[in-house]
Amino acid sequence: MTGPLIIFLVLAALAVLGAVSLILQRHPIHSALSLIVVMVALAGLYLLMGAEFVAAVQIIVYGGAIMVLFVFVIMLLNAGVEERTNFSKLATYAGVPLAVAIAGLIAAAILKSSANLSTAGPNGALTSTKNLSMLLLREFVYPFELTSFLVLVAILGAIVLAQREN
Amino acid sequence: MSDFLTEYAFLIVPIVKIVILVIIVLTVDAYLTWLERKVIAHIQARWGPYRVGPHGLLQPLADGVKFIFKEDPLPANVDKAGYFIAPFITLMLALTSLAVIPFGPQRFTVFGYETHVGIADVNISLLVLFAITALSVYGVALAGWASNNKYSLFGGLRSSAQMISYELALTLSVVGVLLIAGDFSLRGIIEHQDNGNLGILGWNIFGFCKDGIGFTQIIGFFCFFVAAIAETNRIPFDLPEAESELVAGYHTEYASMKFAMFFIAEYTSMITVSCLATILFFGGWVSPFPASWTLTHYLPSVLLIPFGAWLVFDGIRYETIFGRILLPGVGSVLALLGIALALFPSVNEAIQGPFWFLGKVFAFLFFYIWMRGTLPRFRYDQLMSFGWKFLLPVAIANVVITSAYLLWRMY
Repeated sequence: MTGPLIIFLVLAALAVLGAVSLILQRHPIHSALSLIVVMVALAGLYLLMGAEFVAAVQIIVYGGAIMVLFVFVIMLLNAGVEERTNFSKLATYAGVPLAVAIAGLIAAAILKSSANLSTAGPNGALTSTKNLSMLLLREFVYPFELTSFLVLVAILGAIVLAQREN
Repeated sequence: MSDFLTEYAFLIVPIVKIVILVIIVLTVDAYLTWLERKVIAHIQARWGPYRVGPHGLLQPLADGVKFIFKEDPLPANVDKAGYFIAPFITLMLALTSLAVIPFGPQRFTVFGYETHVGIADVNISLLVLFAITALSVYGVALAGWASNNKYSLFGGLRSSAQMISYELALTLSVVGVLLIAGDFSLRGIIEHQDNGNLGILGWNIFGFCKDGIGFTQIIGFFCFFVAAIAETNRIPFDLPEAESELVAGYHTEYASMKFAMFFIAEYTSMITVSCLATILFFGGWVSPFPASWTLTHYLPSVLLIPFGAWLVFDGIRYETIFGRILLPGVGSVLALLGIALALFPSVNEAIQGPFWFLGKVFAFLFFYIWMRGTLPRFRYDQLMSFGWKFLLPVAIANVVITSAYLLWRMY
């Protein structure tokens, strides 16, 4: 096995384990921490593909900012351990088969088109931060600005909602 | 054997460098506590550590032994996983952040593998540092929450709130530097500040950088340093562990080596912040003197020889026999080192970069300690309003002014 493949397998296993643990943990904080593991493992996968900037931003934005807020809110609310209920009938008879079906569909689609999928690597022109920012702020400047406007609206909305309480 | 070394040099060289750096950093951490206690003691007209070894020089060793042999109780009702993992996260992230810092300009080749002073030279080193900073809040927050103690929880909450608030100002304060250098790599940022015969004026803090692209980053530096102190939870921003309110904040329930891990992490992040301030605003390894003043290259010798001589003459009059042996011994080694540097110009040239870099880092570390001896702690509401209502707008204004100036210069 080559080095990158080993690293890929380790990171992929970490991401999957983190995701499974996110669902199975009974305490919200443990779930949030598992999600952080997933985020960091994903950042590692991006790094493996040569997308340095995306990897760093993944950790800064998702691993840092967003998950800190999650953890902060869970701590502030002092959320307790979740109670386990019995598996509901709907989940048993509809949920599980559906989940298996969707997973099978995705796997089949990937397997079928795996020949057409190109391998990502550090040779892409998109990988350098400079190229990425050139693309974002020149060719795609209008969608980019529109997205920032959308985010701004969301922030203002959050402030308005928070203010209404008082 | 040499075939093996050549083949695996890419793996062996970094590992060796990591081991060396970790040993050095842990030693520096230990002596930083000694320095801090000494400096604060002298600020408060006391002697500080004096009993363990000459001038208390063996105190860090005694502290280390004490940390190892202390009982490490597990408090009742803690969240075990979180309680155990929190100090590891904190220390791991603090040590990892040193990996991207370049300590000197040299590149050298070992067994056909080209390497440099510092562990990793990545294109996005500054972003990596911010990513690590962003994650480091979890150690403190988790420690506070997992301890199952209201004071610890308050410490953890305060720390998360403080880090979220000051991270914005921290990130925005370096945008000016990035605009000037046009590079995320710390090495590139330093090289951009090397403006030959302008010396100190080429640093980002004065802004007469290479190629005439530059604008004074004094405001940026102010924002960066204040926000960085808040990120490292040091006085005057040490509310997460404010002992008069919260016992010891997030590490109240920790003892022995687990407590020491938080401690080491705090001092390591102080070192990282000092390195970063040096790199971003004070020219990294660039000498403050113009490049043509070659006589200034003897400055390390000029400093080392008198210091060594003073240590010898002071040491022979020390109270204890051990001190009378140790202090003159260290002094003569330092003086000989200074003489050797003056005699071997090639070695002297090689240490110029690291000398200036470490000198500036030491100045910042001293400043940290000096501040701890000088400033009182902020009140919590003052902390929040200072971060959001003053620091953040100022940092944004710095970005706007710098980019406007750079645009004006370009056209």
